[in-house]
Amino acid sequence: MISFDFDYLTPTTMQEAAELFQRLDQEGKSPYYYSGGTELITLGRLNMAYSEAVIDLKNIPECHAHGLSGDFLVQGSALSLTAAEVANFFPFLTSVASQVADHTARGKITIGGNICAAIFYREAVLPYLLVDSTVIIAGNKGITAKKMSDAFKEKIQLKKGEFLVQLLTERKWLNAPFIHIKRRQQWQTGYPLITIAALQAEDGLRVGLSGLCPFPFRSAAVEAALNKKEFNREEKIREALKAMPSPILDDVEGSKEYRLFALRNLLEEILNWQEGGFKLENT
Amino acid sequence: MKTHNLVLRINGEDRQVTVRSADTLLYTLRGRLGLTGSKPGCLNGDCGACTVNVDGWPMKSCLMLAVEAQGKEITTVEGLHDAPIQKAFVEHFAFQCGYCTPGFIMNCHSLVNNHPGADDKKIKEWLESNICRCTGYAEIEAAVKEVLGKKS
Ligand SMILES: Cc1cc2nc3c(=O)[nH]c(=O)nc-3n(C[C@H](O)[C@H](O)[C@H](O)COP(=O)(O)OP(=O)(O)OC[C@H]3O[C@@H](n4cnc5c(N)ncnc54)[C@H](O)[C@@H]3O)c2cc1C
Ligand code: FES
Ligand code: FES
Repeated sequence: MISFDFDYLTPTTMQEAAELFQRLDQEGKSPYYYSGGTELITLGRLNMAYSEAVIDLKNIPECHAHGLSGDFLVQGSALSLTAAEVANFFPFLTSVASQVADHTARGKITIGGNICAAIFYREAVLPYLLVDSTVIIAGNKGITAKKMSDAFKEKIQLKKGEFLVQLLTERKWLNAPFIHIKRRQQWQTGYPLITIAALQAEDGLRVGLSGLCPFPFRSAAVEAALNKKEFNREEKIREALKAMPSPILDDVEGSKEYRLFALRNLLEEILNWQEGGFKLENT
Repeated sequence: MKTHNLVLRINGEDRQVTVRSADTLLYTLRGRLGLTGSKPGCLNGDCGACTVNVDGWPMKSCLMLAVEAQGKEITTVEGLHDAPIQKAFVEHFAFQCGYCTPGFIMNCHSLVNNHPGADDKKIKEWLESNICRCTGYAEIEAAVKEVLGKKS
């Protein structure tokens, strides 16, 4: 049971949503963009999220766009993870999304909500980070487009009142070789100990991680170590481990030491996959 | 608005109900409409005891606001009448205390309807959404496979 009351608003255009947010913010109502809503419902019950005005984005047509258009795959932020999996335009995303939460919950969790989530795993961002998709953002000043590498630094960088509308991914990436491995403490569903996602691009291996640090990331330094031709396999792994950002998580899911041990093995698997001609998928 | 007068389509009937925006579908079904078949467990999206069908797909009713359910076709366990999956659960002793059973049944009902050709991988993927503290899941899997016309 959520103990606080809120207005529930259902704008049908991007402009209406942005204007509502601005007005409600000025009225001191702590407006909240709502997509799948699973965070407001679960954290709200624990008094860890609060709002007096919930703006549901699901009735805005642009947030539901889904399909190939010209050189791009267009995906609306309000698409459920299940909808993205079933259509399977972007197999890398399908692989990552199909390991988030569980099948039933994925029918409610949305791509945009997962990328913008307060809970820091935000696993669905990994494929978009690695192919550097374009992010369409709406706000009071209109619509802007940014590369994911600029729009996401540990978390999505949005100004007050802005919201994520769409993700545009170049067609050329949709079938690039990828691997995605999710290690959990136990069971087959839910949050990761570590999730690693890798993609082979023309300029080399690209790697993203969730669950290692209190934010998901892609690191140029880690990729440089793994791609350095002069290094043997052991040197690549050693230098990649040194280049990891900090802090390394040390929590109930796993100690810092255990995470680093698991990470070493994951990097081995990624290099095996690369050397083996990209045969493994979705381990 | 903080409260809403809704007409929800539940088990083939239009039901009028006044809800707070903050009321979950689970709370509304149980506390306002007397449909206590959907069970509260974790209230956090983890256990699946509250699973209903929304437009034919499984939904954890603790993860949905009642206001979001407007215009959708909701089926709770009370809306099933001798569905094949119910019979199969009885025949395979697919429950012990029974607390998780309505949620499992609604998830499995949607699975067999949406994927009549489901393979082992698909069945496992769907069943992972629900937790049973009593059985070993083998009986539940057998019940699903019987409805799918497969031997386990
Ligand atoms: C049982 C369960 C297991 C889970 N397991 C995992 C897991 O293994 N890995 C994982 O990564 N996640 C997992 N999650 C999901 C995660 O914790 C979040 O709850 C979820 O991703 C939020 O998505 P949503 O669509 O429900 O977002 P919402 O609850 O609607 O929103 C989440 C946040 O993003 C903001 N927001 C939403 N949409 C937009 C937008 N378009 N623009 C700007 N801001 C926006 C909201 O204001 C809010 O702050 C799990 C969730 C549950 C319930
Ligand atoms: S009560 Fe809804 S998932 Fe546990
Ligand atoms: S039968 Fe008791 S929890 Fe499943």
